[in-house]
Amino acid sequence: MMRMFWDKKMETLNPADLKALQLKRLKKTLRSVQSVEFYRKQFDNAGVVVSDVKTLDDLQKFPFTIKQDLRDGYPFGFFAVPMRKIVRIHTTSGTTGKPTVVGYTRKDLDTWANLIARNMTMIGIGEDDIFQNMVNYGMFTGGLGFHYGAEKIGMTVIPSATGNTRRQIEMIRDFGVTTIHCTPSYAMHLSEVAEEMGETLDCLKTGIFGAEPWSDNMRRTLENRLGVTAYDSYGLSELFGPGVAFECPERDGLHIWHDSYLVEIINPKTGERLSDGERGELVVTPLVKEAMPLIRYRTGDITMLMEDGCLCGRGKKITRLSGRSDDMLIIRGINVFPSQIEHVLLRIPEVGNQFMVYIDRINHLDEMTVEVEINRSHFSGELADLAKIQKKVVKELHDTLELRTTVKLVEPGSLPRFEGKAKRVIDRRGDI
Amino acid sequence: MDTKKYVIKQISIFSENRPGRLASVAQALGEEKINILAFSIAEANGFGVIRALVDHPEEAYEKLSSLGYNVAFTDVIAVQMKDQPGGLFEIAKVLGDAEINIEYSYAYSGKTAAVLILRVDQVDDAIEKILSSGATLLEHSIFH
Repeated sequence: MMRMFWDKKMETLNPADLKALQLKRLKKTLRSVQSVEFYRKQFDNAGVVVSDVKTLDDLQKFPFTIKQDLRDGYPFGFFAVPMRKIVRIHTTSGTTGKPTVVGYTRKDLDTWANLIARNMTMIGIGEDDIFQNMVNYGMFTGGLGFHYGAEKIGMTVIPSATGNTRRQIEMIRDFGVTTIHCTPSYAMHLSEVAEEMGETLDCLKTGIFGAEPWSDNMRRTLENRLGVTAYDSYGLSELFGPGVAFECPERDGLHIWHDSYLVEIINPKTGERLSDGERGELVVTPLVKEAMPLIRYRTGDITMLMEDGCLCGRGKKITRLSGRSDDMLIIRGINVFPSQIEHVLLRIPEVGNQFMVYIDRINHLDEMTVEVEINRSHFSGELADLAKIQKKVVKELHDTLELRTTVKLVEPGSLPRFEGKAKRVIDRRGDI
Repeated sequence: MDTKKYVIKQISIFSENRPGRLASVAQALGEEKINILAFSIAEANGFGVIRALVDHPEEAYEKLSSLGYNVAFTDVIAVQMKDQPGGLFEIAKVLGDAEINIEYSYAYSGKTAAVLILRVDQVDDAIEKILSSGATLLEHSIFH
């Protein structure tokens, strides 16, 4: 019988045992952050004392940690162990200002690999599988993170990293790759190139996609085009990297590893804790990190804890992430996630799946322009038909976003393809 | 009546409306020694369609597609007109009287006659009416 649990005891702890374990680990984590100056000061300012923590709810008295705090601590301000205990450093893609540095002890690397091993075992892959890891292997945590997790469960790992899509496709074909990991946008690109090459990639069966939000339409499209079952993977460097939460075969929400990550959902405006079933910002206190423990880290990601249990027997799930709160655009006061635009475009066959969004401020009004490729096989040669397609896209976007947009049809293949995290939004509004 | 031989394949190229697109199409056709007999550009809202009547439509289609252009064939007819005042009127009247709508049209003036290229909503009817009026239609066999 196929193994479906990597660490069955931890993955299926009953609620009482889980709470006891979480409390024990929380206390340990709170003690360990005492060696970080930032936390000593922050706890002093808030007037909280670690020894006062008696229950998990006491955590609410502690202040949050935000991304900017980590940037301010650049480079090593959040390390809770001496440098000689740090065996690896990663950084997050710093889109603005300095990158965030994360460090790992030897035990951290092992803990992290075990979490990835849980995820991969959960979806039924293992030593009979050949795994092509098509993400950046440098400072991005997705490359090495998945690499060591996959090796841990005995998969045959191909560290192909990114680039040279034709070569990637040849390797999938020649090596009989069964499982791939990449961003959903790269998977889409891969499927386009495979189609051009006339490759059907029949050996593929599992696709692990993460590092950017993607819609259910995108899932169906990728599954059809690549012949895989697609699973959503969630993580962030501050919490090791990928492996924080993952879909099980039910594919109805992501299991977050409660023994390792203490989860809170808060109202992002007030900081107040929300109940299960209420959508808000995911706040995580990692319980098993040595090198860089964090307290109440605000992920910026919007989700909720699901009320229903899961058939697979594991703990509470979070819903799929619709977008990071910092991906969210506010256009004329309306919240827009790039993933919503993708969702709309995927259900219009006349246009492609790639897009770019430009935001300008014209006469003090936000104007959003969406560039989308015409689908090669839907070009009739008639201008009037193109105008119809353009109108249709405008209408569908309006129906979903409740926002008037300008849609530009562009030539097939002319928009940028992304290998790592896609940067599809160019905000040209400036500061005022 | 066999109207098929008068149905001519125009190539229609989807193009963003930005500098250099026409030059790039023309260069590609030039390299393949494909002659453009007539063309027009229709523009709407940031994009357009380049329509061209060329001497080797299949080759033009292949070449442009291989360069990544989005190309389609469109059925048109080509009427020889007298290159003199009133020439266009004769043809337009035939179609108008028959309630055939012209979706678009462009023309070129050759050595022997002027040629009017027509995209109409009822191709077969248009061919019959034009032929029975005594006018001459170019046959697609001259494009190969």
